[in-house]
Amino acid sequence: MEENNKKTRRKFLDKGLKLGLVSAIGGIGLAKLSSKLSANTKKESTETIELMTTDGTLIKVDSSEVVEVEHSQDHEVKYNVREGMPNRKFVMVIDLAKCKNALKCVSACNKHHYITGENAWLKVHKMQESKDTAPYWMPRTCMHCDQPACVTVCPVDATFKRRDGLVLIDNERCIGCRFCMAACPYSIRVFNWSEPGQEITLNMGHVMGIEEPMKPSPEYAGRPSLKGTVDKCDFCPHTIQNNELPHCVTACPNGVFYFGDKYEDTVTNGEETLRLGQLLEDKAGYRLLEELGTAPSVYYLPPVDRLVDFEDGLENYKEFESVEKPE
Amino acid sequence: MDSYNKLINDLAPRKFGKRGTIWTTFLIIIIIIGLIAYIDQIIKGQVVTNMRDYALWGIYISNFVFFIAISFVGSVTVAVLRLTNNSWRTPLVRIAEIISLAAIDMAGITIMIDMARPDRLLNLFIHARLQSPITWDVIIVPTSIVLSFLLLYFPLLPDLAILKKHFKKTKPTFSKWYGKLALNWTGSKAQKALQEKSIRIIAILIIPVGIILQTIDAWLFSTTYRIGWDSTNMGAYFISGAFVAGIGALVTLMYVIRRVRRLENYITDYHFDKMGKFLGLACLTYLYFNINEYLIPIFTAPVEEDIHLDSLVSGEYAPLFWFAQIVGLLLPLLILLFNKGRKPGAMFIIGLMVVIGSWWKRFIIVTPTLLHPFLPIEGVPESWHHYFPSMHEWLITVATLAMALLIITLFVRYLPVIPIQRTAEEQGLSKTSKIVES
Ligand code: SF4
Ligand code: SF4
Repeated sequence: MEENNKKTRRKFLDKGLKLGLVSAIGGIGLAKLSSKLSANTKKESTETIELMTTDGTLIKVDSSEVVEVEHSQDHEVKYNVREGMPNRKFVMVIDLAKCKNALKCVSACNKHHYITGENAWLKVHKMQESKDTAPYWMPRTCMHCDQPACVTVCPVDATFKRRDGLVLIDNERCIGCRFCMAACPYSIRVFNWSEPGQEITLNMGHVMGIEEPMKPSPEYAGRPSLKGTVDKCDFCPHTIQNNELPHCVTACPNGVFYFGDKYEDTVTNGEETLRLGQLLEDKAGYRLLEELGTAPSVYYLPPVDRLVDFEDGLENYKEFESVEKPE
Repeated sequence: MDSYNKLINDLAPRKFGKRGTIWTTFLIIIIIIGLIAYIDQIIKGQVVTNMRDYALWGIYISNFVFFIAISFVGSVTVAVLRLTNNSWRTPLVRIAEIISLAAIDMAGITIMIDMARPDRLLNLFIHARLQSPITWDVIIVPTSIVLSFLLLYFPLLPDLAILKKHFKKTKPTFSKWYGKLALNWTGSKAQKALQEKSIRIIAILIIPVGIILQTIDAWLFSTTYRIGWDSTNMGAYFISGAFVAGIGALVTLMYVIRRVRRLENYITDYHFDKMGKFLGLACLTYLYFNINEYLIPIFTAPVEEDIHLDSLVSGEYAPLFWFAQIVGLLLPLLILLFNKGRKPGAMFIIGLMVVIGSWWKRFIIVTPTLLHPFLPIEGVPESWHHYFPSMHEWLITVATLAMALLIITLFVRYLPVIPIQRTAEEQGLSKTSKIVES
């Protein structure tokens, strides 16, 4: 039995190898052939093809003249984590009028970023400007500031700003000085004071559909987290890349979060898609602590004409907990 | 035994007495305990501290700021006393320079203790970014260490040569070492000219470097948006604070060294009186900046700043705040106004008060601000709303203080704390160069 097994395996390997070799050689041959062929057609063809110009008129061109446009950059290959996704600028809009502290965003964020500490990346604050004004709930992510204080003070460029607007952290470079935490006026940064203890880390590759354990990458901040380095809300580049919305946006039952691209001037909460500029203008959007000059990428719509009662949120309110501990 | 030999005998380093041995052992034990705590911190991570996401800096940082402040004393004495050629400085400068060197060394070590990933220290050089105040620190602290060392070392050369000769028979190994360190000093004209020129250059360099060091330290805080730090007063405030802390440390040590080494003839009441006036001046300046920092904002402070000030003046931090202000500043200032307050004994106590007050003052600068962020502290355990150092933090911090004291103790043990050559010259025993040569 065992003998047999071995034999078949060897055979299989043998065949496989041969097959591979043949196809490799074949591949090279084919490629050469086709390049020759196409060169030939270029010279001899007298056929014309019809094309439409940008203004809509049809023209005829000799087919030998037609060359495929080569893109100046191949994004698939050259994608750089520190540069970000080309020609995009991500923004978020948070509609305070709709938030009733359902906390689904928080638990989704905690779950998908494997947060094990005691301070969540995304929190909902109970806000009240003064005794005489109405209280409201205010979800707060990283603002992904365009003038990020955290990036300015980082001595080693571990926290960095990308062209697509994201502010991310290279946990393999961070020296744990916590200056960025001191600098962030929104106090959103979270530190790994101890070993993060994400048992899940080991199976993380499994979750992601990859076999080996994942290497930390700024784009997967939080999986795994590293002891003695800083973490924070990352605007979920891992979902954006799959053309999905960040976890908090999809998790919110009340459609509070809108996510989108400033260049396209659109934001969506998964149900409706709106023009960013119009939305901000209509609803008097503002940014948090705008006067500091951090130029956040997160906009807030004021808590006016509220559809919900503030009190409804109180039953979910926990002053001292933002990450639910497993029982 | 002529007076010159008596002078050398008085000032040359002496073996530890019983007290000295006990003291040194004590320091070493504290340092070892701190070291163990530090290793534990490395293994477990900084959970062993009581710092958390809001109180993200603690006594490691305030202790660092304290050391930096103390180290200012070298620059000050040099700036004010050496360059203005005040002759009464002679017995004090070397003590000041020793303190300075010990403090700046420890500042460098303390800041590394605060780093959660000391294993990535090299990143500070590999990936250095000039816009970060930490990088400025990385540049200025080593520069200060080198300058402080040279400023201590160059004036020592003639003394080392004297000691080489002095210990030739009694302690040959010591003599050999002193000889090596003296770099073949013979006291020739050319050497002297070179030495004097070098000292002058360093003395001039150390003043701007000292000021830059203090200022960068202040900018670590004022480059953030935080309430209580985001102040243009910070640089000057820190410099004047360092003035006070440094001189306080100097006065305290002057007293201790004078007693232990029986140098009453060299460090006299006159010196204490002068230093007392000097310290008084420093306190006055500091008071002025404190008024700017805490009193004036009362008139215009926005809500958040008001809350912050309230917590200092009458809230959670009031005891520490008033302790630092009264014991560390007002009381000393008051006592120093009186002639009796500038006698050695009184000065020793004032020095201690000032130093301890200064240490807590730094705590008060760092911690309350962090616990008053713009957005409310929510969703974190109750204990994160407050900060008081943990056992690990205390052990490690006390160890760094002990290490600074140990460095000073060893310098005092092996080097002449009062310049022999200069004193001899001043006392008219200045056939010295011949004696050294012969
Ligand atoms: S909110 Fe804070 S952490 Fe986020 S980009 Fe702005 S300064 Fe940096
Ligand atoms: S803690 Fe890390 S990310 Fe933050 S400033 Fe320091 S090195 Fe940069």
